[in-house]
Amino acid sequence: MQQPLLEVNHLTTWFDTREGKARVVDGNSFRIHRGETFALLGESGCGKSMTALSIMRLLPGQAQGNISGQVLLDGEDLLQLPEAAMRRVRGNRIAMIFQEPMTSLNPVLTVGEQIAEVLRRHRGLSGAALQRRLEELLAQVGIPAPRQRLGEYPHQLSGGMKQRVMIAIALAGEPDLLIADEPTTALDVTIQAQVLGLLKELQSQTGMAVLMITHDLGVVSEMVDRVAVMYAGQIVEQAGRADFFAQPQHPYSQKLFEALPDMDKRDRLLSVIPGSVPPLTQTFQGCRFAPRCHRAWELCHQREPQWLPAGEGRSVRCHLYDRRVPHPQQTGEAPQPLDLAHATTGEVLLEVRDLKVHFPIRKGLLKRVRGHVYAVDGVDLSLRHGQTLALVGESGCGKTTLGKSILQLLRPTAGEVCFQGEDLTRLRGEALRRRRRDFQIIFQDPFSSMNPRMMVGDIIAEGMQAQGIGGDREQRLARVDELLQQVGLKPEHKFKYPHEFSGGQRQRICIARTLAVNPKLIVCDEPTSALDVSVQAQILNLLRRLQQALRLSYLFITHDISVVSYLADDVAVMYLGRVVEQGPVGAILGEARHPYTRALLAAVPRVHADVPRQMVKLEGDPPSPMDPPAGCHFHPRCPQASAICRECYPEQRQVASGHWVRCHLYS
Amino acid sequence: MLAYIVRRLLYAVPILIGVNLLTFLLFFVVNTPDDMARMQLGMKRVSEEAITNWKQERGYDKPVIYNAEAEGVERFTETIFFQHSVRLFVFDFGRSDSGRDIGHDIAERMWPSLAIALPTFVIGILVNITFALLMVFFRATYVDLWGVVLCVILMSISGLFYIIGGQYLVGKVLHLVPISGYDDGINAIKFVILPVLIGVISGIGSGTRWYRTIFLEESGKDYVRTARAKGLSELQVLFRHVLRNALIPILTGAVVVLPLLFMGSLIMESFFGIPGLGSYTIDAINGQDFAIVRAMVFLGSVLYILGLLLTDISYTLVDPRIRLQ
Amino acid sequence: MSPLSARKGIFMLLGLLVALGGFYAGAMAFTGAKPVLLWTDALVYVLVVAIVGFVLYARSREHLRDPWRQVFRRRLGLASLVVLLAYVFIGLLDSVHFRTAVDTGEGERPAAYAGEVLSVLDLVLTPLRESSEKTYSAPFATHSFAKETVEYPDGSRARIYPRLRHGGAHLADPEREHAADILAKLAWGSLLGLIIWVLLVLPLVAWLARRWRMSWNVALGRIFRGRCDIPWWVVLLTLAVLCLLLGLALVLAPHYHVFGTDKVGEDVFYQSLKSIRTGLVIGTLTTLIMLPFAVLLGISAGYFRGWVDDVIQYLYTTLNSIPGVLLIAAAVLMLQVYMANHPELFETDAQRADLRLFFLCVILGITSWTGLCRMLRGEALKLREVDYVQAATAFGVRHGRIIGRHIQPNVMHIVLISVVLDFSGLVLAEAVLSYVGVGVDPTMYSWGNLINGARLEMAREPMVWWSLLAAFVFMFVLVLAANLFADAVRDAFDPRLRKQ
Repeated sequence: MQQPLLEVNHLTTWFDTREGKARVVDGNSFRIHRGETFALLGESGCGKSMTALSIMRLLPGQAQGNISGQVLLDGEDLLQLPEAAMRRVRGNRIAMIFQEPMTSLNPVLTVGEQIAEVLRRHRGLSGAALQRRLEELLAQVGIPAPRQRLGEYPHQLSGGMKQRVMIAIALAGEPDLLIADEPTTALDVTIQAQVLGLLKELQSQTGMAVLMITHDLGVVSEMVDRVAVMYAGQIVEQAGRADFFAQPQHPYSQKLFEALPDMDKRDRLLSVIPGSVPPLTQTFQGCRFAPRCHRAWELCHQREPQWLPAGEGRSVRCHLYDRRVPHPQQTGEAPQPLDLAHATTGEVLLEVRDLKVHFPIRKGLLKRVRGHVYAVDGVDLSLRHGQTLALVGESGCGKTTLGKSILQLLRPTAGEVCFQGEDLTRLRGEALRRRRRDFQIIFQDPFSSMNPRMMVGDIIAEGMQAQGIGGDREQRLARVDELLQQVGLKPEHKFKYPHEFSGGQRQRICIARTLAVNPKLIVCDEPTSALDVSVQAQILNLLRRLQQALRLSYLFITHDISVVSYLADDVAVMYLGRVVEQGPVGAILGEARHPYTRALLAAVPRVHADVPRQMVKLEGDPPSPMDPPAGCHFHPRCPQASAICRECYPEQRQVASGHWVRCHLYS
Repeated sequence: MLAYIVRRLLYAVPILIGVNLLTFLLFFVVNTPDDMARMQLGMKRVSEEAITNWKQERGYDKPVIYNAEAEGVERFTETIFFQHSVRLFVFDFGRSDSGRDIGHDIAERMWPSLAIALPTFVIGILVNITFALLMVFFRATYVDLWGVVLCVILMSISGLFYIIGGQYLVGKVLHLVPISGYDDGINAIKFVILPVLIGVISGIGSGTRWYRTIFLEESGKDYVRTARAKGLSELQVLFRHVLRNALIPILTGAVVVLPLLFMGSLIMESFFGIPGLGSYTIDAINGQDFAIVRAMVFLGSVLYILGLLLTDISYTLVDPRIRLQ
Repeated sequence: MSPLSARKGIFMLLGLLVALGGFYAGAMAFTGAKPVLLWTDALVYVLVVAIVGFVLYARSREHLRDPWRQVFRRRLGLASLVVLLAYVFIGLLDSVHFRTAVDTGEGERPAAYAGEVLSVLDLVLTPLRESSEKTYSAPFATHSFAKETVEYPDGSRARIYPRLRHGGAHLADPEREHAADILAKLAWGSLLGLIIWVLLVLPLVAWLARRWRMSWNVALGRIFRGRCDIPWWVVLLTLAVLCLLLGLALVLAPHYHVFGTDKVGEDVFYQSLKSIRTGLVIGTLTTLIMLPFAVLLGISAGYFRGWVDDVIQYLYTTLNSIPGVLLIAAAVLMLQVYMANHPELFETDAQRADLRLFFLCVILGITSWTGLCRMLRGEALKLREVDYVQAATAFGVRHGRIIGRHIQPNVMHIVLISVVLDFSGLVLAEAVLSYVGVGVDPTMYSWGNLINGARLEMAREPMVWWSLLAAFVFMFVLVLAANLFADAVRDAFDPRLRKQ
């Protein structure tokens, strides 16, 4: 067998913290061959980025010395190289791109200058040759008008463009190995599809190997040849892509698949991994996953499992695959069914008519209003009792602004928000304040949604206090206990502070807080997008159980199609401040009419795909809401645009019962 | 850009009016001119005549805001407020209480002030940046640790002791340069060296530490990691990436005080006998010459506002992200 | 934490206040002195009560206690805290003022009181206060610094350095005994210091041992091996140095002028100790006075935006645009005029000087709140958009409550950091202002006045250096300790630094 390009043996990285030694990477070994794409898959904090940074010897702070093991690049141990020699490897033989293209580029240097640095350093180019190569590289990563772009600064580029520039910087050294650390996590789905497509294309052109670090099973299934699953600093399973997706072997991998929301699981609760990832400062005894594993038995808690072969080219770190030890039979775990027949009374709870939120832009000598950001520009929605309306769209399309303006956290510029027949936009002062108990909000970031200086009990009781409900102090405390239990926490948690909880637990507290005032409508603003898949499943289950028990209505704002397919009744797709298509979830996901909806759905990476399919790419970036294109907002990116699309915005048309679309194709 | 500058200058007007009103209140309302006259002429048994005389000589004998005896426009112009406050707006500073032309004095005295303040400022920044870069380059080593300790120690010494110590050591013990005094033209150099040296040294502690914080904050950013991932050396990362970005807050922080350099340093000039605006002010304070203090307050705020404007403009020059609207 | 312990804390605090007040009143009645409450005294008491109250409040709240624990974990932070507390102790002794009764010889008439206002510290330092010489004398000198013409009993005259009235007066033959006497006193002083240290440390160790439920030996071992969470050995070591200095001062100061005497023969050591209060008052009261404005205006500007923001921004830009020294100079000049014209307002010189000190704090406060105000405005602007504030709005929580519960607690770390960072700057500013002539009253003891007085003698040969030295040492130690402490506080409270 040919020598691997990169061979990592027993790589261990640790930090000295106040709580003790934190082994963020613990004895990991893997190989990457030339031209191969290898994925490190895991949830946040599992050490996958640290593995990459250890290979590059780019650990933050003073941890430089705290790496042991071997990192062989073509047989040469990178960990033994002096720093000067290592610098010749970085950017040259191994290049790296990072998660946040917004902050990873130097804001005060031009794009060209930042790429040129690599060319000068590793390729010795200068003058005209340098210029030529720069243009070539930008063209290669699909940036239009390269010559002009070279002189621009990063802030003048969109997120997707910045990531392309990062890729160009990486390509400049013509590396053998490209490490991509969550390269598309910060990007929208359609841009993600573009960037992933670009990476694939470049790989086939240059023959470089790619180490892809990701938490997204979809990205893995679309992109890679082989995959390693990491949990709590250790790799627990390695397999080829096809094998892995056909039959994941480690219980953790299996659970990851089961926890993914999708259409087929609508009638039941999602399977979850209980608890959360253990802190890495502790010394582990036995298998790290054992406390959360549904198949663990005594041995798992006592002895650490070794690597076991589990079929051709795959191995797993789990006692279940050790034929020498007896293990108990799998206890069948039936998924809990959900009663879908709870249905709705059909009564409309919320009716939004022609809602507009415009932010003025002031310019010039007297700060006169010279234009508007059309964040929300004429939206109609309706939501019935006990149902879930999902609001889908990419970042900047105005979905969060819409949510906040429905709740009157932002006052709309025009339009009506009728809640049980009462127009909220007309309410002022005390009347609005009293009404607020009926509609609440759950935020995306569980870390910033609670005051760090208040105890959980006070946080939950705040709404009751403000609305003057829940009786006296004693009764309120009792209610807080009840709410905590309702969301799966313990009454004694009310004396703790938010920072003592994990992200998932915090989101539960936020849910308890909103429930305290018995709302009828909850706006969920991407409540799970900051959470890992396994925790996301817990929260989604909770939301669905509560909906059933309390007949809540949700306005669910998200960009994640799989979540939509799991829990939405109706879907509205937003593009640049307007709803372009809305209807029942089945109709939208199954028979989308609007070209944007179709492109959006096609851009989502699919799990379970047998062969990596050709991704449908939507070209270009979404335009700015400051200056929306004339006619249909989507026409500059639309593959089916015609003359009329450039002239007027399409009217809303009904294409099927309850299925509306705004597109000239259907007029 | 031009619209922006014009707007900023327009904003300055209400601020200057506010400053003017404040000084007016302080100088003419809290204490009446009679009180000041009594203070100036010695407290006890001053004759009314002497007070009237004193006021008349300095033009404080008019009504404060409204002159009922005058005619037409003069009802407002023949007042203390107009004569002593409003005229400041056209930089007509009038005469000092001892009868000198303040405008002329300022024009003459700002050059010695600048001769001390400008070199101190420029050399100070260069020295501080150099030390701060050294400390950041050796970060998390003993160089850095003891550098910080030394900075804190230097910061904890009062500026007065730097001056006294410097004068004693360089002037009195080593006899290298004159202790104080000033001369015009090229001869000024030997009088300028010591104050500049002391000024630079007394600023090292806080300056270096401040710049070090800025550098450290910049070097923790993501783009620095990108630069390292390109295979650049630590020095290249420091100079090409960290320094370039850190210069934005450093330069813009420096620009705001640039116009104020004209005002000179009170302490430095008075210790070294430099005939600049600083010692002018301090003499006025000690001599209780209110007209000069008033003029300097106004001049100071004008220069400060100018500094703010220059800061904004300098942002657009060094930071490509900022366009003035 | 339970509300019970908070209530208990408040009761404890009130009890302590009543006890202190009673003790003070009793002592005054017993000695027949008339208590004098100066303006700054009153504010100092308010400050002390506020700090003690905050400590009791913070003790029961983890999120407040945790950063402080980090401050105490820092060795330099802890050592500087001990030094600061020593200064504060002296400053507090100097903040209890009274006028002694003067025996008018007519028992029935209402008692008359001396024109001089004394403090408890003056009482303690009586030997130093009353041992003034004629003019300059060097540290530890037995003879005057300046020659003087003396007339001998036989009528002859000579220009000699005369013996001092107090410095080394106990020596029969200064030439021979001087050095030996000082050495002996050094030794005695060190021994005394050691004894004081042991007396101080015993209860501390006993308390720690009880808290850890350990025997004395084990506790001591733990302290000195640095095995505990908070490095107590640093406290003990710093205390040892302070006690040593105290012991030396106790033995030496009654017999010598440790830091010499000034132009009118007053003991410089006494002056330096008296200056401590002035420095501390300027450093703390200035902040105390400006804090309500800065916090209230800063948060309102950021939270309400709109015209409130415009007005407040205009206010601080205007104030900011006037160079600080000039504004202070102008205000102090006006104050001087006012005070000169209204001498009837002040019963004693001390009260007049104190009022001037108070106004200096006010003026310094007015010129220095703008920076903090701007920072708080920026932070409030950010916080009002943060999710938890939005959530509170969604619950219909009122503005006042949102500011009180959500905004204000989350900007307090900025306030605290800026308060401790400002302290040392203000202490240094006092010296400069006094030099410029717009500082504290010239009759008031302060390091600035001390330096100012000595500066005039710089040209003298040989130089009169000891006043400068004394001012330098006392100021440097205070400012250094304050700076180190501020660093520790900033590192512990600044969320950006904590992340690293």
